[in-house]
Order: sequence, then C-alpha cells, then structure tokens
Amino acid sequence: MAQPLVKKDDDRDEEVDYSPFMGIEKGAVLQEARVFNDPQLDARKCSQVITKLLYLLNQGETFTKFEATDVFFAVTKLFQSKDIGLRRMVYLMIKEISPSADEVIIVTSSLMKDMNSRTDMYRANAIRVLCRIIDGTLLTQIERYLKQAIVDKNPVVASAALVSGIHLLQTTPEIVKRWSNEVQEAVQSRAALVQFHALALLHQIRQNDRLAISKLVTSLTKGTVRSPLAQCLLIRYTSQVIRESGVNSQTVDRPFYDYLEGCLRHKAEMVIFEAAKAITELSNVTTRELTPAITVLQLFLSSSKPVLRFAAVRTLNKVAMTHPMPVTSCNIDMESLISDQNRSIATLAITTLLKTGNESSVDRLMKQITNFMSDIADEFKIVVVEAIRSLCLKFPLKYRSLMNFLSNILREEGGFDYKKAIVDSIVILIRDIPDAKESGLLHLCEFIEDCEFTYLSTQILHFLGNEGPKTSDPSKYIRYIYNRVILENATVRASAVSTLAKFGAMVDTLKPRVFILLRRCLFDNDDEVRDRATLYLNTLGDGSVTETHKDVKDFLFGSFDIPLTNLEITLKNYLQNPAEKPFDITSVPREVKSQPLAEKKATGKKPTGLGAPPPPPTSAADAYERILTAIPEFASFGKLFKSSAPVELTEAETEYAVNVVKHIFDSHVVFQYNCTNTIAEQLLENVTVVVDASEAEEFSEVGTKPIKSLPYDTPAQTFVAYEKPEGIPAIGKFSNTLRFTVKEVDTSTGEAEDDGVEDEYQLEDFEVVAADYILKVGVSNFKNAWESMDAESERVDEYGLGARESLTEAVNAVINLLGMQPCEGTEVVTSNSRSHTCLLSGVYIGNVKVLVRLSFGIDGSKDVAMKLAVRSDDVNVSDVIHEIVASG
Amino acid sequence: MDLCPSVKNILLLDSEGKRIAAKYFSDDWPTNTAKEAFEKTVFTKTQKTNARTEVEIAMFENNVVVYKFVQDLHFYVTGGEDENEVILSTVLQGFFDAIDILLRGNVEKKEALENLDLILLCIDEIVDGGIILETDATTIAGKVASHSIDSGAPLSEQTLSQAIATAREHLTRSLLK
Repeated sequence: MAQPLVKKDDDRDEEVDYSPFMGIEKGAVLQEARVFNDPQLDARKCSQVITKLLYLLNQGETFTKFEATDVFFAVTKLFQSKDIGLRRMVYLMIKEISPSADEVIIVTSSLMKDMNSRTDMYRANAIRVLCRIIDGTLLTQIERYLKQAIVDKNPVVASAALVSGIHLLQTTPEIVKRWSNEVQEAVQSRAALVQFHALALLHQIRQNDRLAISKLVTSLTKGTVRSPLAQCLLIRYTSQVIRESGVNSQTVDRPFYDYLEGCLRHKAEMVIFEAAKAITELSNVTTRELTPAITVLQLFLSSSKPVLRFAAVRTLNKVAMTHPMPVTSCNIDMESLISDQNRSIATLAITTLLKTGNESSVDRLMKQITNFMSDIADEFKIVVVEAIRSLCLKFPLKYRSLMNFLSNILREEGGFDYKKAIVDSIVILIRDIPDAKESGLLHLCEFIEDCEFTYLSTQILHFLGNEGPKTSDPSKYIRYIYNRVILENATVRASAVSTLAKFGAMVDTLKPRVFILLRRCLFDNDDEVRDRATLYLNTLGDGSVTETHKDVKDFLFGSFDIPLTNLEITLKNYLQNPAEKPFDITSVPREVKSQPLAEKKATGKKPTGLGAPPPPPTSAADAYERILTAIPEFASFGKLFKSSAPVELTEAETEYAVNVVKHIFDSHVVFQYNCTNTIAEQLLENVTVVVDASEAEEFSEVGTKPIKSLPYDTPAQTFVAYEKPEGIPAIGKFSNTLRFTVKEVDTSTGEAEDDGVEDEYQLEDFEVVAADYILKVGVSNFKNAWESMDAESERVDEYGLGARESLTEAVNAVINLLGMQPCEGTEVVTSNSRSHTCLLSGVYIGNVKVLVRLSFGIDGSKDVAMKLAVRSDDVNVSDVIHEIVASG
Repeated sequence: MDLCPSVKNILLLDSEGKRIAAKYFSDDWPTNTAKEAFEKTVFTKTQKTNARTEVEIAMFENNVVVYKFVQDLHFYVTGGEDENEVILSTVLQGFFDAIDILLRGNVEKKEALENLDLILLCIDEIVDGGIILETDATTIAGKVASHSIDSGAPLSEQTLSQAIATAREHLTRSLLK
C-alpha cells in the first residue's frame, strides 16, 4: 500500500499544491463504495475507497444514519478478501463508523473468526475492534477468548486484550473483574508494554481495595519492573499509597520513599522525572526528602531538550510556592532560562525566581523582566504580574520599584485580562501596604484618564471613593473623577457621580465644591447619572461645610448585608403577587443558604482584587459574627466576644462528621455544631444536637436552631444557645447526641425517599473552660503596657506544677490553660535552660485587659515551679486568673 | 483511568494549519468546530517557534502540547495538565519516527497524503482510546507495514500482481500528462 493513491483528474495540476484528495466529494465516494459489493473483489481499489472515506471522516465530514449503515454493510462484505492490508482498513473503518447494536451482530462472527486466526495481527486487531463495539451479553460469549488472549505469548495480542479490558472496565466492570488471575499473570510478562498494560488494568480492577493496592505496590517496588511506562505507573500508585497511609514524615521515615528516591537514578528520563515530581508532591515533604529530587530537576534545567527544561521548571515553580528555600539552589540555572527561546519556559523561570528571590535581588530581577515583558503574550504577562504582586507582599519595603513597574506596564498596550490583573495587583498592594496607598491611587487615576474598559474604570472609581477620602489630600483626586463625568460613557459617569458624592460625604471641607460639581450633573442626558446626582444632593445636606449625618452615610454607602440571591428571590415573588403595600426590605431573609458543593468548587479560587468583596473576610471571627447576626433568635445577645477553634466531636472517617465552635457572648453562649453527612445514600432532616448540661450548672438552655436538611457532603450548622450569668466565666461539661430523621437516597437519581426514620448518633463531650473567656490579643511592647497598668491591680503567687517532661511542655500547658497570646516570642524556651519567663496578654470577658508574667524554674528532678504575676484593668480579674491557674 | 498516563489527541497538520490526520481520544472537544478551534489555536501559537531540531512544548487551555515540525508537516501530541511531559514527548517521538520509516524519509505533505492509510494505521497502533499502545518507532512501523504482504496468497503471485498494478498506474499517469 505504499504506492500513491491516484485520482486521474488531479494529475494535471500536480505542481499547484497537489493533493490526492483534491475535489473529493462525499456523494461520489459513497458511489465508489459500490466496488465493495463486486463478486470479484479488487483489494487495492477497495483499500483506496476506504482511505477516501476515512479521509472524509477525518476532515470532519459526517455520514447520515442511512449512509453509515450503507457503508457498514458494504464494508462487512470485505471480510471475504484475504488481503491483510484491506482487512486492516476494514477494522479501522468499523471502529470509525461505530455501528449500532443491531448491526454489530453482522460482523461479530467474522471478527470472532479473526480473533482465533493464526495471524497475530488479525488476532490483536480483531480483539480491539470487537471490544470497541460489543455490549455485555456478547462479551460473555467471547470472554473465554479474551482471557486466553491476555496470556497470549504474542505481546501485541496480550496488549490488545489488556487495553480492551481497561476500556471495558468502564462499561461492564463485573465481567472484567473476573479476569484478575490472567491479568496478574500478565503483570509478570517479559514484554515491557504488556507489563505496563497489565499493571494499569490490575490497579483499576482493585482500585477500591486499599489493602490489595498496598500489597501490589509493596511486591512490585521490590521486584524489577521492566518498562519505563510501567515504572511511571508504579510511581503514581506508590504516591497514592503514601498519601493514603498518611504517615507523618516528621516522626517516622516515610514508607516507600527509598523506592521513589531510587527511581531518580533510573536510566529513562520519564521515570526520573515522574519520581522527582512524585517526591515534590508528597504531603508535608521535608527539605531532606526534597533535596535529591531538586538536584535531578536542576540537571534537567540545563538539558538541550526543551521538554525536559519545561517539565523541570514547571515542577520547581510549584515547589517554590510551598518550599522556596530548597529551590534557591537552582537560581543560577533559572536566570539563564529567562532568555530561553521557549517563552513558556522563560515565564516559568521568571515567576519561580520571583518566588525564591530575596529582598536584595528584587531590583536586578525587575530590570531583567522589563526587557522580557515586551516580547511575550498577554497570558504570560498575567502570570508575571501575579508573581510580582506576591513578591511585593513578601517584601513590602520594595513596593516602590514594584509599584513603578506595575504602573509602567499599565501604560503599555494590552488586553482586558492583562490590564485587570495589573489593576487588581495595584489594588491589593494599596490595601495591604499603607505606604503604597497614595502613589498607587495616583497611578490608578492616571490610568482611568485613558482607559478603554468601562468595567475597569467603574471598579477603580468605586475603589477611589472608598480609599481616596482617607488620604492626606483628598482634593487632588476630584479633578480626575470629574474629568470622567465630562468625558466618559453613561456607566462610567454614573459611578464617577457616586465617587464624588462619597468624597463629599466623608470630607466635610470638600462638600461645597462637590455640590457644585454634582449640580452640574443634574443636566446630564442619562437617567441614571441624573438620578444619582439628585439623590446625593438631597441627602447630603445643604452643601455647607457640615458633618454628614451618620445615618445618611450608612444609608448611602453602608455595607449591604442582605444576601443578593435572597433579595432577588423576594423581589421576584413581590412582582408576581402585586400588592398595594410597598416592598419592605426587612422582609428579605438574611440567612445565607449553604451553597451546593459544585458551586463551591467553582468559587473555590478566592476572588482577589477588585472583584473581592471589600473588606475581605480577614478572620474566622468576622465570618462567625456574620453567621450569628443573621439568625434573628441570637441577634439580641449583643456583641460576640470570642469564638473558639472548632473542637472535633467525632472520630475521623465516621458516618457523620461534627465539630463544635463555642461562641461566647456577655451573658450567653452559643454552640455552633458544624455537621457533615458523609454517606451518599442518606439525606438527614431536622438535625439537632441534644445537649445534656447536667454537669454545667450555671447554664440554662434558651433555644436551638435545627438544620432542616443535610444532604451528602454539604456541611451545615445547627445551633444551641445557653444563658449564663452575665460577665461570669461559667464553666461546665456538655454531652451531646445528634438527633435526626434519616431518609434513603437513590444515588443514581439523587432523589430521597419520602419516609424517614428517626435516629440518634452519640457525639463526644466537650467543656467550656476558662480560656474560652479570654481573647488572645497581643501587645507590641509588653514592658510599656505592663508599667502603664495600675500596680495596685497586681496579684502575685507561686505555684508548684509537679514533675513535667520539660520546661517547654510546662510553658505550653499554662498558655493553653489561660488561652492568652504569648508576646515577644516568649513562648519559645531555649533548650536546656533551667528557667524561663513567659509574657502573655489577652482581653478578659467584659473587655478587661489582662497581662501575665510567668516565671518558670525547673530542678534536677524535673519539678517545675512557677511564679505568676497578673496585672489587669480590674483587680477582680487578676484574682480570677489566679483562680483559673489554681484550679487548672 | 486517572492515574494511567493518557493522550488526549494526536494531530498531524500541514504548514497552513490544515488537518491531514487527527485523532481525538478525549471528550474535551465534542464537536468538529471545537476540534478545529483547538487546532487553530495550537497551530497559530506554535507556528513561529522552532521545533525542527528538538521536540518543543507549550500549554493551551490546561493541556500540555508537545510538537515537532518536519518540512511542511506539523506533529502534535496533547495530554492533560498534569501529564508527565516526558511521556508525551516519547509518544510524539514514536509517532514521527514511525512516519519517517513508513514514508521512507520523505516526510512531507504530499507523501503523507498519498500514504494517508499508513498514517491512520500508524496512529491506531500508537494509542488506543487514550491509552498508549506502543512508543517504539520500529515496532509501530513494523506493525503498520507488515500488512502489505498477504499471508493468505502465495508470495510470488502477490508481488507479481502488485507489480502489474503499479505498472498500470504509472502508465495511465504518464499518458495523461
């Protein structure tokens, strides 16, 4: 078949881009396919026609159902020919057409005959074709032959059967699983690729049996796996086993690490790289474990093959995110890659350097990047911008040169995504580095003077409105903003009006000038611009230099704490049922619905920059406070004093995972139980926690809030509230039982049955302890703080802590008991020291500041003595601290 | 499937980015339009790079693409984002080395189109449904080429009839010129 296919009419214009398929047309080729029906088959001619049909399919041409059936039946006739070449094309054609179930029956007998042929090539190919087109019932008929083929001495046949097995496992796993003996035998094959395919199939057959996989890996890592591909597979399985064994390398040597490390010395590059990558991806990998992997990757960096350089630099880039230090040894090689022909490699090298670089190398690096930026595509530039942003956050002192760099590239040509990345970065820098604020805002102002993207302009104007008034000279921004009102489209004009109004509201001295500008906007030809201007003019006062009323500020610019989705639903309902009554915004539920899992994954990437809700949720405390204030029953409890870290109430990997967060209010305690249902076949409803507070006498239950519905893998919270004496650090022990109605769920449809069964689940106990009433609040200068407090409030006493393992252990025990913030790094005990002083600071419930000075001493028999000195704003609190220590 | 190295597609394009042979093993590109769009991106973004001496590499839409150009032919192999780059390049190396053997060193568009059947069979022997079947060029070429001799028919007869067919084609060709 190496001869050229010739179409007569093409020959004439051979010089002009000759193609044997020029002018080919589906209808004509389908006509030609009639030769398949000739009584005297011309194998060459038939092969050519099949090639033409395949060419058409390959070019994206489709056959109608009728045409496909027609071609399929014609092709089946060709099984009469004994020409191997033609038969190969027939196989290919059948796979391409993928006949329907009722048509398959026509060819099965021919293919089964080929499967048992003497010719290996027939056997191998017939297996692959047959397995591609048959269903379960037919499969049981040929199963016997497939099992034989798996252990066939011809490697091509064995591989064909094994690979087909991998595909069939997706559709008919119960049949393929019966072949594991044969597959196991094939794993021992001397043929490299058979071993690879057998290993892949065996692993998939057993993938749900962790023990079996672990055994498989243990035995194979000791033996010799011949094929590099199989070796790569084994490395992947090994890392999976390591991951699931969850052994912490800090304490014990990681199992199988030696095997991975040994693979770094394999002769095949693909194995070396796979092993190096596997090591870098180990969880909690130590520097000692990383070093050999980084060494081989470093060698790859100077390889002549771009693929190796790319693979190495990409992996090192990932490592640099978590372990920048070990990667610094590659910096010199990295720097030479900045000029790599392949821009992907260069970009990865730069971003890696930005991650590993130290403060002194920043300026030099920036110079190199400036040259580099002009000749790469936007997508690479975005990566670089993001890397520069994180570098700047790491070295805030270098903000000047980095900010300059960003503003320079902001002026250059670029698409929306690139510009947005730069603006986002500047915004984040302004937010996190106070010194960078003024220069950053001016850069943004200059940018909107000449910005073609409405979205970016409005976002910057909004940001300017929030930040500009707080600067030392807000008036200088007014000009930039008002220019927008004159020159831009309606959307930008409207947001410029809002920004102006914000300046007017926040900066009283600017108010008269802002009013003049706003009045001019009343003649704008756009509704929204006029409306906004009117609103602001009527609410912000009379235009004189007076302070804007706080209520007005809150109304105009306050945060909008109603979830938008809830508002949307309520508004829709309101419109559907027209009423005389005006819409009442307080009727919107404030409860945030827990998002379905899929959605959460999509939003998993934390929005940054302008898109992020301004003040970003900085701490868990903010988030808790928001959740709690959204629940009307708890709104009257006042301000949240402290939320504890979650305490697990269930063992890992049980049916239901529950942990509790203790929220302390002045005279109430709210327990927030975070529940997760880990059983896909169950839906839990009316989930509550029944709390037995008999060992917590001072507490009395005031309310609970159940979870209405707890579907699989979607965490939700139930709350129990207790009243306690005001301002008193009441302590006690609580035992808990999870109570719920369980409904069976059909996992294929996701629908739950109607009838449920009541059930209970025992949870572990937890305690409210004294430390729950003390907030960790650090002070920067303990000595000053200590001396500024009334010496009268000081209470000093000495305690014997008994025999302790070490001084460190004793110090930590006291810190945990008090739940206070160690200051000036005094929680660290220098090794072998006989004495130690630890400084703690915190805020006691009722907003009482407390400082503690602890002096420890340890004697030869490991007995620890402690002197405790407390000062606080309230003498009683000093006594309380002593009581806590005395009773702890 | 997740742990097994897998190939998402194998492409052979000409110097204008037109498809000569393409085989997709992944559902990432469900329609022909999506496939063509992918080929266009890959072609335009790689066109200007020098992938003639060594296999080059790039990333598109969370895929790793390794590629090599020979004369007016562009060879591509695509894998997932986390795929071992060296494995993909081994597949690519096997692909174009096998083509080099099958086309007897004349690796160019015209020759490739005239032997499209060999190229399609070649791809079929390298990857089956995304799983790598074979990466050794000689073995691949051997499997593809072995079919030109029919074991069913006597060897002498076969070669004679083949010779006559070839002669006839050459004759018609020269007559029509």
